[in-house]
Amino acid sequence: MTFLLNITPWPVLSALLWIVLIVTALFFARPTAHKFILATGNSLHRMFRVSSQSLMKAEKGLNDRNREVLLAAGREAKERIIEREFDRINETVRKDLASFSALHRNLSESINRIETDHNEAVEVPPDPPGWVKAVQAVAAIDSKDGRVGIGNILGDIHKSLVRAHKEAMAAYHEASGKRHALLRKMRPEWREIQQTLGKVGKNVDSLLLRSSTIDRHMQEYEDIVKGEDRAVSILSSSSLVFFFISALVLVVAVGGATINFSLIARPMAEMVGGTSLVGGFRTADIAALVIILVEISMGLFLMESLRITRLFPVIGALPDKTRVRMIWITFTILFLLASVEAGLAFMREVLLHDELATSALLRGDGNAPIANEYMWITTAAQMGMGFILPFALTFVAIPLETFVHSLRTIFGLLAIGALRTIALMLRLLGSGSRYVCVLLAQLYDLPLFIPLWWAARDKVGDASSGGKLRKVTS
Amino acid sequence: MKPVYLSLIVTLLAGCSSSQSNNTGVYMLIDTSGTYREEMNKAEQIIRYSLSRLDATDSFAVARIDTGSFSEKDIVAKITFDDRPSTINGQKRAFAERISVFVKDAKSSPYTDITGGLLQAVEYLNEKDPAAKTVLIFSDLKEDLEEGYIRDIDFDLSGFNVIALNVTKLRSDNVDPREYLTRLEMWQKKVEGSGGRWQVINDLDGLEGLL
Repeated sequence: MTFLLNITPWPVLSALLWIVLIVTALFFARPTAHKFILATGNSLHRMFRVSSQSLMKAEKGLNDRNREVLLAAGREAKERIIEREFDRINETVRKDLASFSALHRNLSESINRIETDHNEAVEVPPDPPGWVKAVQAVAAIDSKDGRVGIGNILGDIHKSLVRAHKEAMAAYHEASGKRHALLRKMRPEWREIQQTLGKVGKNVDSLLLRSSTIDRHMQEYEDIVKGEDRAVSILSSSSLVFFFISALVLVVAVGGATINFSLIARPMAEMVGGTSLVGGFRTADIAALVIILVEISMGLFLMESLRITRLFPVIGALPDKTRVRMIWITFTILFLLASVEAGLAFMREVLLHDELATSALLRGDGNAPIANEYMWITTAAQMGMGFILPFALTFVAIPLETFVHSLRTIFGLLAIGALRTIALMLRLLGSGSRYVCVLLAQLYDLPLFIPLWWAARDKVGDASSGGKLRKVTS
Repeated sequence: MKPVYLSLIVTLLAGCSSSQSNNTGVYMLIDTSGTYREEMNKAEQIIRYSLSRLDATDSFAVARIDTGSFSEKDIVAKITFDDRPSTINGQKRAFAERISVFVKDAKSSPYTDITGGLLQAVEYLNEKDPAAKTVLIFSDLKEDLEEGYIRDIDFDLSGFNVIALNVTKLRSDNVDPREYLTRLEMWQKKVEGSGGRWQVINDLDGLEGLL
């Protein structure tokens, strides 16, 4: 630095000289430098812009793909729901139609019986009274023999009339009783018909309800098939909800698996040894973990075989006979493993007691710890947990399937978000770099303000003198 | 090419099934000479504590210090714990039982051969080859050899942890404490000079750090 200031005997003069030299050099290099700076800015701007555009293209591709996947998943889920609804309708119709002939026969028989009874219950017109003939006889006597013996005749008529009335009343009571008995017999038939018709009505209502549900699902299915934005939006938000719910259930399942692990890891040392290590982990721990993982796998296969989940299409596509066999095999393995776990849980309790007794002895506490009479409850609870947890873990397959399916959508959404953010950043960087280069060009001119002012002044002078000259020549 | 694949597979399998040795070997020397015989109950307490701290595949031996301690005959009880937890508990109980019998019936010895006992401990633990080797010396550290016994021997204690327990002060130590300090210093030099680590624990209530 001192060398630079020593080119003349006066440092100030040297500095001034240097400044003049540098400013002159910068002034002459100004057009090239400006071109370079602005070209750099434009290049950076273009580069970032192209990168941003390609990222946006990738984002669009991913978005389309995500949409397709979402729609496909939604379509499949809807198909399953509709299929299930049709199955239910089929089941209802099959059940009702199968019994419809019997139902029809019952109804016909009931109606026939009612008809017969009704016919029998029709009121029979009473016989004409017997005393009419007697009155005719009295009338005939009256004209021939006068009124001789008419009192006796009338007494007889009265008697016969009373008798006839009594007989008629008795016959009428008997007929009425028969009719009432028949009507009483008809009552259960009416009830049966009413019940049967009620049942039929209920089934018809259920069918109508299901058909309206199917209509709704079909409408949604059509929306999905058409690929409408509303359907995509609904599917996307459903996917998010399913993701969080299934994640929560899986966390609970992990908690259950951890408890299961702690139940069997300790006694497992009895089987595989307590000190051997595999890859830095205790073999007993690995064995316990393997048992739990095998249980979860068996649970998955069981759920697949039962067609509750569809993680492995191969299992779902198996012939029914093989599938049923698979159900039994997986269930048996699961049952055996659960029994093993219950045994291990019991062993854990035994070991714990043994260890407590040994510790008490080594501490010099005298005899073994007093046996608690309610200790069997703990043992039974542990054994029960050891047996139940494997079966409970079986149901992990359901949230797992939902989690796996929704995870694809979540990853897609996250990737889209990330791509959009990066593209925006690149655009900002592109614009920023151009403006920064313009600013740099302006900054370049800042130390050159004197020569620039001079040059501008000259230009103005040239322009004014040129104008005058033009005026003179014109 | 085949040997390369073979060696790779062997290496992988070896890596997978490596059973790293992280067991402990403990050898306890109990001084039975003179008045120190009265401290046997404390020794039993330490043994029980040690038993509670030891686990599967650990080795433990208890030996007496008498006139000539460099002998297997002086080992009162020794055990290498099994791999299975249920068996370990049984072994511990049986060991504690044997020690109780020994404590009850132990006889006082006229001489004190600590160096011989230490040599025997080194030999035993080297044979067992555990990951951590600890020698517990329950003694006042006053060596008293019978005439003719040569114990001026160099031994290798590298990797060994030598812990002196309950180093009681003798009557003469009370008169001249330098004797006691010199004795401790001598043993420390001897152990550390042979490559071992030396530690003294006199407060038996603070055994938590032991093992």
